[in-house]
Amino acid sequence: MNNSVIELKNVKVYFPQNTGFKKTYLRAVDGITFSVNKGETVGLVGESGCGKSTLGKAVVGLLNTKDGEIFYHGKNINSLKKQGKNDYRKNVQMVFQDPAASLNPRLKIIDIVMEPLLNNVKMSKQEKRELAIKMIETVGLPADAAERYPHEFSGGQQQRIGIARSLVLSPEFIVCDEAVSALDVSVQAQILNLLKELKNKYSLTYLFISHNLSVVKHMCDRIVVMYLGRAVEIGTSEQIFENPLHPYTKALISAIPIAGKKERENRIVLTGDLPSPADEIKGCPFYNRCFNCDEKCGDSICELKEVEEGHFVSCIKI
Amino acid sequence: MNILEIKNLTTKLSSDRGIVTAVDNVNLELRKGEILGLVGESGCGKSMTAMSVMRLLPKNQSQIEGEILFDGKDMLKMSEKQVNEIRGNKIAMIFQDVMTSLNPLMTIGQQIMEPMMVHKNMGKSQARKEAIELLEAVGIPMPEKRVDEYPNSLSGGMRQRVMIAIALSCTPEILIADEPTTALDVTIQAQILELMKKIREKYGTSIIMISHDLGVISEMCDRAAVMYCGNIVEQGTIDQIFENPTHPYTRGLLKSIPVLDKKVDELYSIPGIVPPLYDLPSGCKFADRCLRSCNDCTEKLPELREIEEGHLVRCIGGEKVE
Repeated sequence: MNNSVIELKNVKVYFPQNTGFKKTYLRAVDGITFSVNKGETVGLVGESGCGKSTLGKAVVGLLNTKDGEIFYHGKNINSLKKQGKNDYRKNVQMVFQDPAASLNPRLKIIDIVMEPLLNNVKMSKQEKRELAIKMIETVGLPADAAERYPHEFSGGQQQRIGIARSLVLSPEFIVCDEAVSALDVSVQAQILNLLKELKNKYSLTYLFISHNLSVVKHMCDRIVVMYLGRAVEIGTSEQIFENPLHPYTKALISAIPIAGKKERENRIVLTGDLPSPADEIKGCPFYNRCFNCDEKCGDSICELKEVEEGHFVSCIKI
Repeated sequence: MNILEIKNLTTKLSSDRGIVTAVDNVNLELRKGEILGLVGESGCGKSMTAMSVMRLLPKNQSQIEGEILFDGKDMLKMSEKQVNEIRGNKIAMIFQDVMTSLNPLMTIGQQIMEPMMVHKNMGKSQARKEAIELLEAVGIPMPEKRVDEYPNSLSGGMRQRVMIAIALSCTPEILIADEPTTALDVTIQAQILELMKKIREKYGTSIIMISHDLGVISEMCDRAAVMYCGNIVEQGTIDQIFENPTHPYTRGLLKSIPVLDKKVDELYSIPGIVPPLYDLPSGCKFADRCLRSCNDCTEKLPELREIEEGHLVRCIGGEKVE
């Protein structure tokens, strides 16, 4: 019954801060629990600084967790032996946010796409090359792109190179960290279509990180809404958009400007800013900006509870 | 009544690959108290239009032709001194990148006071009092304390508010907002947009709003102009642009954004990519990406035609699109 590819249990990622004698931590991710099943696209939304990217990096193993466990096919990634670890690294890949900054400017496209193959597969050089070229063509770049350098490409094409690099080891799980947010709308549509097409072709599983709710709705089956390092609402795409329960989710959805709609009734405009994740927060993290709170919210700890099948909300009022 | 008229504005810039035309024959008028949107993808010339109006482009790197009439006077013919009297005073600008457009070595109070002391000959204590009032007006809590802080202690949304306070310090007649919310999160964006609407109601300021986000444009503006490769390709009221988009590029853009209330399997995407400015096709610049272009399209650049009152389109077959 458990067919999860990646499962997170109470994952915490803290960054130590230098504040003199007392050791303090910036709580970037503070206890997140959810799982990603095979063939699914799970969206991770939230505002900047809420810990989405940190969580994405922890999932691919680029950051160490302070506490909690990450399971890959039911096995804790920290207790994997050498063979298992290699297997995990091969199968879990990432597409980065800034396409220009994530490609080495001094390598040719063919070398960038071939790089993951160097240590991970036993193939002759010629075979590796052929595989890389096949990948470059799969993501919709011309074959002569292989011998050129990253600066010769536009933003959308650079993102395609990043996607080719993440696909070349034929992984089963890809973390897309704001993969389209640096792109213009017409190019964004091309990349989103490409990601969907590749998903069907290679039966991939995505963790799709984005701050753009319309994009997440378009791409994802399930959505995790994050606020200040915590998950405030988890549900299917329909549950989140048609029946948002947490006040933050409601505010987030009502804040999206929609082309073609002039005035929106009952827009919720939040006051204030995000509190700093370095501060100790006692009760509900959303307390200082919430429009529906009372004194109890300030000091009682809220936990995720299931309100309908598969729909979790962390708010004591519900 | 038009408060600003841009006539045949052409801005050429020198680049490594020779001289490129970033803004090509743009005609716009801004009416009193209206919000005019400029929308398009990166590199289409929206910011360059704003920089040309403000005369902020370096002289030895750029060449600006045409007329920019503010109160009936051509700003392009003015001396630097005359422009200085208008810039920051009667026409103010909110810049895109809040992280880099505030001076990190000056307190936010000093930065808000500066234009008032320069343009209005205000004394220091008077200017400080006004600065605190402005900070309060743009919704910054504890303005008496914040006024002495440096930009690094403020969040992105607060910095954007400070930028708006600086722009408003001399109660300008025109406010040019270059992507004022692009670097911000949606909930903060909603706050800033509300604030800008309030400013328009309170001071009757005319606003030019530059954005690549069609949603923001449709919510904020009265009229909008869609730009592509330096040209205005479509111009009209918000209803005309969003309910009856006529230029194939506008249609393509609108179709390629994912919408919340509809689920589609595949998004429409405009084929091809935006051509670089140094290698523009002849004739209609959109022709080779357009699904319904014909030979006439590539021969010469179509004129802007009025297809209904106030609705201009630069396409020879515009209204025939099904």
